[in-house]
Amino acid sequence: MAARLGLNRRTLISRSMIALLAVPTSRARAEPAVIKVGYLRWAVRRPTISLLDKPASDNGLAGARLAMSDNNTTGRFLNQQFDLLDVPIAAADDAAQALETLAQQGVGLIVTDVPAQSLLALSAAAAQHQVMLFDVGAPDDALRQEQCRANVIHVAPSRRMLTDALGQYLVWKKWTRWVLAYGAHPEDALLADAYRQTAKRFGARIVKEIQYKDTDGARQTDSGVVQTQQQMPVFTQGLPDYDVLVTADENEVFAGYLPYRTWDARPVVGSAGLRAVTWDPSSESWGGAQVQDRFIRMFHRRMTPLDMQAWTASRMIGEAANRSGTGDAATIVSFMKKPDFAVAAYKGEPLSIRDWDLQVRQPILLSDGRNVVSVSPQPGFLHQVTDLDTLGVDRPETKCKLS
Amino acid sequence: MKRLIAATLALAASQPAHAFTAYTSNERDNTISVIDLDQMKTVRTIPVGQRPRGITITKDGKYLLLCASDDDTIQMIDTTTFKVTGTLPSGPDPELFALHVSGNPLYVSNENDARVTVIDVNTRKVVAEIPTGVEPEGMAVSPDGQTIVNTSETTNMAHFIDYASRKPVASTLVDARPRDATFRHDGAEVWVSSELGGTVSVIDPKTHQLTHKIAFPVQGLRGDQIQPEDIQFTHDDKLAFVALGPANRVAVVDTATYQVKQYLLVGQRVWHLAFTPDSKYLLTTNGLSNDVSVVDVAALKVVKSIPVGRMPWGVVVSPK
Repeated sequence: MAARLGLNRRTLISRSMIALLAVPTSRARAEPAVIKVGYLRWAVRRPTISLLDKPASDNGLAGARLAMSDNNTTGRFLNQQFDLLDVPIAAADDAAQALETLAQQGVGLIVTDVPAQSLLALSAAAAQHQVMLFDVGAPDDALRQEQCRANVIHVAPSRRMLTDALGQYLVWKKWTRWVLAYGAHPEDALLADAYRQTAKRFGARIVKEIQYKDTDGARQTDSGVVQTQQQMPVFTQGLPDYDVLVTADENEVFAGYLPYRTWDARPVVGSAGLRAVTWDPSSESWGGAQVQDRFIRMFHRRMTPLDMQAWTASRMIGEAANRSGTGDAATIVSFMKKPDFAVAAYKGEPLSIRDWDLQVRQPILLSDGRNVVSVSPQPGFLHQVTDLDTLGVDRPETKCKLS
Repeated sequence: MKRLIAATLALAASQPAHAFTAYTSNERDNTISVIDLDQMKTVRTIPVGQRPRGITITKDGKYLLLCASDDDTIQMIDTTTFKVTGTLPSGPDPELFALHVSGNPLYVSNENDARVTVIDVNTRKVVAEIPTGVEPEGMAVSPDGQTIVNTSETTNMAHFIDYASRKPVASTLVDARPRDATFRHDGAEVWVSSELGGTVSVIDPKTHQLTHKIAFPVQGLRGDQIQPEDIQFTHDDKLAFVALGPANRVAVVDTATYQVKQYLLVGQRVWHLAFTPDSKYLLTTNGLSNDVSVVDVAALKVVKSIPVGRMPWGVVVSPK
């Protein structure tokens, strides 16, 4: 049997640790160890094509809150207390200043939901204060490659992990002739590039690329339905024979209008139709029903992928604190970076950290918005260490140098 | 022809007069399958509440107790009329439970609520609620009745609760997503399975310390397919049987050496286990193949597969 070197579960708890794991509940209590976790988030939200996708004001934050509540339930047995400090920042604000303020309050661990440029600025500021960042909002591959940082753990999957997850499924379906439709935002160019690499890696063929040039996106209003019904068939007219329309549209400008409106009768995937996500409110396998119930009871809405990413980051902190028996941020981080650290996140396999770029390896769900259609990695995509490493940039290809 | 007759006679002779009845809770079609173990087949299907999971039987064999998780209740089913005759106030989302060795009370893990509900089965009233870890799951009562163990799937602990005071006295961290807790019949150890950790933790219930950890490497299977669930000991405590979920196998563990002696191939996603009262057979519920595998315990061989309802979850054998 191939040992799963990256996450050898057999040694999850080393022998030397066994002694401290049994905790008497009734002993006289000292003051609990307090673990302060910051949450820095971009308060500006982009508009969405579907009204159903309009994000709640606490999108992401709610996931962190649930995880902290879970951590505190466990902490009760271990004399640990977890506090969440929420700092919303507007686009123009200085994120670094917010970090300084948190650091002065004794926060050593910060979950960040900010775009790539802000994250790099935060990383520089964090280095001054020995603060560890947990990225839940920036999917940029560059942050895991040339621009990787030793004080940023990426809980959000990279674009390549998402496109690989979707690409594996399309190849498994033998839908290997793709038309790639990408938008005019810079993120769309990055996402399109990830699809090109995915196609190359798994043997799919991009038979044609088309670009949707508008960036503002006339949202569907009174006359919009009529307009999009005309525009979308024309946009997808005259293509060579293909199996599936792959869309790269991170800012929700056009992809959401494509299903049922393409010139040819073809399925739409990527930014609409079948999407690669870290979570779906319909996921009920592997105990998922429980976390969905808990989330809905607490926040009266459904749990989004961003909520799950923030939940996972906060649970990783809780798990490392529980098992290392400490409230010290540096010790928690070094425990988390050990090769046998793993956290359960309702996806059937434990999640762990890739040591070459600090990316969290994780299964990726494929959702049609109603149900989980599949979960990648797909059968047959094998890896010598763990099949999870068939998603995203692998160790031999990495350009990341962690100092 | 002679040989056939001889074989038939031998088979008939080997069928003892055990007349045991087994019951499986079928999570997906809201039924209980009733299995006649003489005929080795499903003889009746009882409609019950939504998402039936944990199932047990009262000491006198008169009632089945069933967690109807999505109905937030425990149903009592008369084993002679096969009718639902009452309910117990279980608290939200009951998943698993254990009867005290004396037959009363019932300890229920409320998966959505981070608590254990204690119910008096005779008065059908809640007598206590005990706060525990996140997503409580497995429940076990020590043979001397003094200790109750509850596992919590997201807190990753086995919580030891004192019978008399109904207070948690200790918590032991185990590997990821602990599911089942089972005491040896002599009470010397409690074994806790970890679904995602892929291990069984052996804990000394006196010191609450971890003493052994058992792994289940199966040739040709990825580690993540090995997900230990239910654990059952033979009456003499010499062997333990561990259901390995999507590995589609039951591991047979020598309790003296903690080594896996053998893997028995059963149906798909094997979840819960139950012995017949004479210890001759072990039954396994196989959630994805919708059947029950019957293991001959002495021979360590799977001898029969019995079709039941959709997604069988729990199984219990009548003591009669």
